[in-house]
Amino acid sequence: MAFLILDKLTKLYGETAAVDALSLAVEKGEFVSILGPSGCGKTTTLQMIAGFVEPSAGRIMLDGADLLAVRPSRRGLGIVFQSYALFPHMTVAENVAFGLEMQGVPRAERRQRVSEALALVGLEAFAGRFPRKMSGGQQQRIALARALVIRPRVLLLDEPLSNLDAKLREEMQVELRQIQRSVGITTLLVTHDQAEAMALSDRVVVMNKGRAEQIAQADEAYDRPASGFVASFLGKTNVLTGIARIEGGRVTLAIGAAVWNLEAPAEAGPTTVSVRPERISFAAVGGLEGVVRARIFHGSQWLLQIETPAGYLSVIRQNNGERLPGEGERVGLTWRVEDMRLAPGEGAAI
Amino acid sequence: MSGLAAPRARLVPYLLSAPAMLLFAALLLAPLLATALLSLHSFNLYKGIENVYRLDNYKDIFTDVYFYEIFARTFRTAFLVSLISIVVGAPEAYILNRMRTPWRGVFLLVALGPLLISVVSRTLGWALLFGSTGLVNQALLALDLVSTPLQFMYTETGVVIALTHVLVPFMVISVWATLQRLDPQVEHAAVSLGAGTWAVMRRIVLPQVMPGILAGSIIVFALAASAFATPAIIGGRRLKVVSTLAYDEFLNTLNWPLGAAIAVLLVAANLAIIVGCNRLIERRYQEAFG
Repeated sequence: MAFLILDKLTKLYGETAAVDALSLAVEKGEFVSILGPSGCGKTTTLQMIAGFVEPSAGRIMLDGADLLAVRPSRRGLGIVFQSYALFPHMTVAENVAFGLEMQGVPRAERRQRVSEALALVGLEAFAGRFPRKMSGGQQQRIALARALVIRPRVLLLDEPLSNLDAKLREEMQVELRQIQRSVGITTLLVTHDQAEAMALSDRVVVMNKGRAEQIAQADEAYDRPASGFVASFLGKTNVLTGIARIEGGRVTLAIGAAVWNLEAPAEAGPTTVSVRPERISFAAVGGLEGVVRARIFHGSQWLLQIETPAGYLSVIRQNNGERLPGEGERVGLTWRVEDMRLAPGEGAAI
Repeated sequence: MSGLAAPRARLVPYLLSAPAMLLFAALLLAPLLATALLSLHSFNLYKGIENVYRLDNYKDIFTDVYFYEIFARTFRTAFLVSLISIVVGAPEAYILNRMRTPWRGVFLLVALGPLLISVVSRTLGWALLFGSTGLVNQALLALDLVSTPLQFMYTETGVVIALTHVLVPFMVISVWATLQRLDPQVEHAAVSLGAGTWAVMRRIVLPQVMPGILAGSIIVFALAASAFATPAIIGGRRLKVVSTLAYDEFLNTLNWPLGAAIAVLLVAANLAIIVGCNRLIERRYQEAFG
């Protein structure tokens, strides 16, 4: 049986469901991210696990026992809050020691464990400082040390990196993952940042309007999104309309002048097509004709905006020395059949 | 260029604050100085005020037990009022802060209500409640809690109750302002680390609002120690505090220099206590709350 189980967890605010029958099973030591736009119910889910919000229906089981029957202060969960929520009137060491004090850990052991936790996040030298005097990244580490020092059964992270600048956030992602691995703690991360969720977690839960749209490994959800929402929320995608035709035994899909042979049977008529920008390449001859309208340099890659008869397409190419067309140049675009996702009808959800 | 601009730039803050400083000097410092000078004059029943500069008035005050008693009563009252204001006002502010939107505004207005009523009508209202046939005593008698009416009028208890009533709002405002700056997630963090309700209050909320409580106490103490109308009406003619004593010296005995000396001592004692407390707060909380 899984370590942490959410069973049809529901939270209603009046008529609207903030969280709608969410079920999730997290294995021991697993790192799971709950990912979604603001208002999708991800933070409410976390708060129900923490015990700050009472569920309207459903169960939460931790290690085989009903977690909802346990008071929030006895649940033994380590939480890192978005604002860090450090105790401003206590020094760094006092902040970290607070949870141990509440557990009645003897003073000598307390000191030992506090310095171990501070060493884990690389802040041994700052034990006597007050949090206010420290940078955002340092405060974030204190919050992490404070949550981990009580040896929680589950680590809950509520948008822990959203207040850091981009470079620091990337560094902290690597560090967070390393610490989580070395401690081996079951971790639930709530975030709206798809890159963060994909980088850190074993599995992602993509939530929208209180429901889990897909629960899968990050690459699985990216490559085979279960819904149009997942496809557009995880990374960028191009949505176009093509025409499917069935002639004899052959099924073809035409977008502009370009034609693909489909293996799977399809419905004839207008078809909605979704292609990831990084799967599109330039054809030597043929392909979907277009004109390069913009080239945007991202360092390791180029983003090109190309105007085609089927609409504007984004194309991402690695900056690997390959010659790329300049603005105003005519190009032909192509991609493999398996890089497309199709849905019958025009403007269909994909 | 910069050599010319620098001295002028340094003058700008002084020039900008000059109008306010002038007003402050004319309306506050000048009268205080005049009072201080007046306190050095002497008073004779037959010749009136004499323009001499001696410390006789202060000597009189420091050697007479009668004055000791009044100063002690004043600061005892102010201390009690501050203490009760903390006990009542701090939880009141915390509860108000926790209320939902429509009720929060309503109850904040109720809490600040005493400040909106004129001091005379408020205090006379207390006199009506406190009398031997007043509402408080009638209720106590009806409930069989006392056998004879309690004496509130002309007692320190009455003065403390009436002063606390009007000064608690200052504590509420002060603590409220501090609570506004607290991150509500900090309490959640403490709970997640195993703290019960009591531990959250004592270890997390109280230390964080302590600067607000101390600031509120300073305001309440200063206002209670220099209150005039409430002790004059509830305390009556015989139960004197420093401000009513000074008033009596000025207007009844007509001994202005002695009254001035008493007033100067009240200001000095108040200042000493306030500045002392402020230092304490700054030293204690500078580092954490900066």
